[in-house]
Amino acid sequence: MSERIDEGLRRELQRQGVWVTSMQELYNWGRKNSIWPLQFGLACCAIEMIATAASRYDIARFGGEVFRPSPRQADLMIVAGTVTKKMAPQIVRLYNQMADPKYVIAMGACAISGGPFKQGYNVLKGIDRYIPVDVYIPGCPPRPEALLHAFMELQRKIDSQKLTGEQKAEHLDAAQPSEFPVPAFGKHDLEPSANPDVFHPPKLERV
Amino acid sequence: METLEEIKARIEAAVPGAKIEIAQNASPSQQHSLKVDNEHAYDVAKFLRDDSTLRLDFCSNVTGVDWLDRTVKQTVKVKKIVDGEEKEVAETTEVKIPGYLEAVYHLYSMTHKHGPVTIRMRTADRAKNVCLPSLTPIWRSAEFQEREIFDLYGVQFDGHPDLRRILMWEEFEDHPMRKDYQEPDDYEYEPTPHDDVLEKAKRHFAARPELDGAEKITGGDGSLKR
Repeated sequence: MSERIDEGLRRELQRQGVWVTSMQELYNWGRKNSIWPLQFGLACCAIEMIATAASRYDIARFGGEVFRPSPRQADLMIVAGTVTKKMAPQIVRLYNQMADPKYVIAMGACAISGGPFKQGYNVLKGIDRYIPVDVYIPGCPPRPEALLHAFMELQRKIDSQKLTGEQKAEHLDAAQPSEFPVPAFGKHDLEPSANPDVFHPPKLERV
Repeated sequence: METLEEIKARIEAAVPGAKIEIAQNASPSQQHSLKVDNEHAYDVAKFLRDDSTLRLDFCSNVTGVDWLDRTVKQTVKVKKIVDGEEKEVAETTEVKIPGYLEAVYHLYSMTHKHGPVTIRMRTADRAKNVCLPSLTPIWRSAEFQEREIFDLYGVQFDGHPDLRRILMWEEFEDHPMRKDYQEPDDYEYEPTPHDDVLEKAKRHFAARPELDGAEKITGGDGSLKR
């Protein structure tokens, strides 16, 4: 385990041409440098996502250029844009169809909270009501740099995930769910309007 | 292009029995429109499209309007005998206008490069008699927009080829663009509420003036971290 080896010794060994690593480090190094996003966009944020994938910003520098048109092959869901209540069940279904380990970036004000449409009747007030989100990017829309930053944050998260022990990653824990209930179309709203297992809103406390 | 009065006269000559009114627009744009009666709307629309001088072959926009019940004050100057003298007295009468739904069509001519001519149709009321004739058989471009009016205002278009909801889901029962629409009560904390949102905030969080500004926002319990 890399935690147990002395960092100085490791450097010294490396200088002598001996590379000491661990399964976890190797595994996470591979995972974090080939995150394949699911190819879909919902609104104007998707244009910024496309710009991020194109040559000027070039998400390929981080190993994320392989946008997959199938959830079965994707590791990352970039929720880029306004999630309407009509679209929300499909998003959750796509997330359920992705294979573990899977990650979600909520890109832009709409995906985080409903954004400018928060007080409307037809926009979901944040995708974190139904699926767990790893990285939130504020902005309307966020610039490509912001998406790259979120991508790097996600890489940092993947790098820090443990494969064994008490603190092991959720996708390795059979007790943690990897699929979430798809909301149904109700008479006036989605039913339920949020999944209490996933959604933990800030509470307003009077002190 | 002909004036609305001329168009109205020609429609009435061409479509017997058609009752056309000119709906005045008092705003600076002065875009008056033709209010068409529902029974003859189809024939009137056909005339507007096929008439050789008008040729309104392009329906650029269809929209709905919701009018609630309203009372309009009308002031009329009436000559009255007051104290043996004839005087002009302003009399104010209140007129109750029951609510209705409206569909408005903006018509242009690609052939003659003129327009717009605005026509509108009104339903009998806002509750049950919400039928209007569909003009999709005349202008195909009205199809989706009539569906949108059906979805958001609840107007039933008779003769529409495929009248389904277009924006909201099939199971949805309300008509959100109606002025008396009640949206689901799902208010959430807003840091700077104002206007309507402030009213909602007051309903959800009782004011405690002695603790003004002392709210503390805490995170969720975070039982499920991914």
